[in-house]
Amino acid sequence: MKTKLSVVALTALLSVSVQAQTEIQWWHSMGGALGEWVNDQAKDFNNSQKDYKVVPVFKGSYDESMTAAIAAFRAGNAPHILQVFEVGTATMMASKNAIVPVGEVMKKAGVTFDPGAYVPAVAGYYTAPNGQMLSFPFNSSTTVFHYNKDAFKAAGIDPNTPPKTWPEVALAAAKLKASGHKCPFTTSWVSWTQLESFSAWHNTEFATKGNGMRGIDARLTFNSPLHVRHIENLANMAKSGLFVYKGRGNAADATFVSGECAMTTGSSALYGNIKRNAKFESGISTLPYYPDVPGSPQNTVIGGASLWVMAGKKDNEYKGVAQFFAHLSKPEEAAKSHQRTGYLPLTKASYQMTEKSGFYKQNPGTDVSVEQMIRKTTDKSRGIRLGNFVQIRTINDEELEQVWAGKKSAKEALDAAVKRGNEQLERFQKANKG
Amino acid sequence: MEKRVRFHSRWLPWLLIAPQMAIVLVFFFWPAGQALLQSVQRQDAFGSSTEWVGLENFADLFGDESYLASFKTTALFSVLVATIGLSVSLLLAVMADRVLRGAGFYKTLLIWPYAVAPAVAGVLWIFMFASPMGIVAWALQEIGMQWNHLLNANHAMALIVIAAVWKQISYNFLFFLAGLQSIPRSLIEAAAIDGAGPARRFWTIVFPLLSPTTFFLLVINIVYAFFDTFAIVDATTHGGPGKDTAILVYKVYYDGFKALDLGSSAAQSVVLMTIVIALTVVQFRFVEKKVQY
Repeated sequence: MKTKLSVVALTALLSVSVQAQTEIQWWHSMGGALGEWVNDQAKDFNNSQKDYKVVPVFKGSYDESMTAAIAAFRAGNAPHILQVFEVGTATMMASKNAIVPVGEVMKKAGVTFDPGAYVPAVAGYYTAPNGQMLSFPFNSSTTVFHYNKDAFKAAGIDPNTPPKTWPEVALAAAKLKASGHKCPFTTSWVSWTQLESFSAWHNTEFATKGNGMRGIDARLTFNSPLHVRHIENLANMAKSGLFVYKGRGNAADATFVSGECAMTTGSSALYGNIKRNAKFESGISTLPYYPDVPGSPQNTVIGGASLWVMAGKKDNEYKGVAQFFAHLSKPEEAAKSHQRTGYLPLTKASYQMTEKSGFYKQNPGTDVSVEQMIRKTTDKSRGIRLGNFVQIRTINDEELEQVWAGKKSAKEALDAAVKRGNEQLERFQKANKG
Repeated sequence: MEKRVRFHSRWLPWLLIAPQMAIVLVFFFWPAGQALLQSVQRQDAFGSSTEWVGLENFADLFGDESYLASFKTTALFSVLVATIGLSVSLLLAVMADRVLRGAGFYKTLLIWPYAVAPAVAGVLWIFMFASPMGIVAWALQEIGMQWNHLLNANHAMALIVIAAVWKQISYNFLFFLAGLQSIPRSLIEAAAIDGAGPARRFWTIVFPLLSPTTFFLLVINIVYAFFDTFAIVDATTHGGPGKDTAILVYKVYYDGFKALDLGSSAAQSVVLMTIVIALTVVQFRFVEKKVQY
């Protein structure tokens, strides 16, 4: 009896001393197939070493998890890593006491880190003007053009030559409508696709100061003649039933995957969903442009999110974070993620690896997003980084809805959106001076 | 001889109501105080810098014309929800009162919607109205009406009013039914003998005797329309198209949780609180005079 007790006590002691793994809390907003991808990444890292354990927690949509993290931070309970969407970048950058720049985390932990290894159009967005990388570019998508090849065939359009310019899109939409299609063209993330990425794609400014990359005193400029012309074209398409508005955010994505709408401009990351759920043959092409605008097509802007490191944690926990980021940046890991999800490849090495493996040949259209981004950017197309961007997007949603409903002209709506948006920028500037 | 509970102990009554008081303090007074505090501050999202700005948040609000427009939207919305909600549930209660067979069945069905969470109610109705596959949207198209709540302001308002009223009907129905059943049958029979028709009997006897219930439900419905309907708007129209269904409480949520501007959101909460307090005072002062107990 006594020996049995001592054996039990000994094993209990031993099991307690083995629990030395440092836990790293990772709050994210990836649901569905993307959620499985996140969990797999954490599992791979956890299996590759014994000191740290990354625990991914799904906290709802991007703004829900940001709100949760803010509340947790105020209560002293923030996670280590937080996934924040790209429009929250300016807010996170301005909250200097709440975050630790990724460059600093990697340096302090002594992990080799080469900012030049990352795809420039992506990493540049999350880099401060002084060159320090602030957040880890985890999942970056860009705006692409998805189209239903089966619907094209039924309408008598060649499914392998998708429309490349906006006039061609209108023509294709007319053919689709003539063949009885009820929703030839729609779009998700209206502000992102039709104003923000549209501007960069045509080498035009969306806002002053290099679209806000050079300072927080930027002001909006998307009511230029080119923008007014484009919105007017869309409004005319809406009037003739060629463009059907399907709601804010990504509400329209479901209508494309279900086959209801034949063409849509949206995120490249819709690819994973389409591959899984669409019952038709689908194609990806570049975002349409106006061929008469000089300098177009230039490059598109990113969407998606990045990983921010929250302040107030212990040094050895930051070491774990740094090692996790290094693991994610390995060419094989980054290439696997890119091929699985439709997000852009993280590093140039992972892009080359994917190309060499013939992935792009076997899955045509998956390199469109990369092609649009892996170009030399200009001052006007590097990216858009504005404060109170969430509100500005909502303002754009609201004003453009008035255009689609026929209540306002394109010029009135864009002027109103610029005026209201500038008020938001002024408030942000006031609240974050110095 | 008055029947009253008498406590011999000095501290027992306090102890017994302490749990309730704790809940009221923690869930009502503390957040209200916090809102008042935050409404005179301007903070960044993470709370790492706080600035006292006095009434500037309020000044900004009242200078914003979309905020003033949302007062009108909210007023329209609450009037619609309260009047339609009360009339429909009163009608249903009167009809349910007369039913003898299967009364339990009708009453259960009419009470069920109250158990549905507002967000779920919103999603339910949006499934039915989503063109082109929603049942109601399809039926409307068959009779020639192009339903589009994404772009048509009136359709969007109709959608949220229907969803909000549907949820509240059960609550109103229950109270009206109880009120109807407490009216003495003898009064109604006497009126019938005197030759009054059903409509006359209702409007001159039943309705005035129902006035305490109606008054109570009016207060509750107005508060409901102002506060509890945010989830319905969030699940359906998100305040759109444009700003046509952006009721005041939706803007409070948006500014606080999406725009992360806690000062402005708190200021709006304070304004809303003042409005509802004022409305309730008005109702108690003036409308209650007409209530016959």
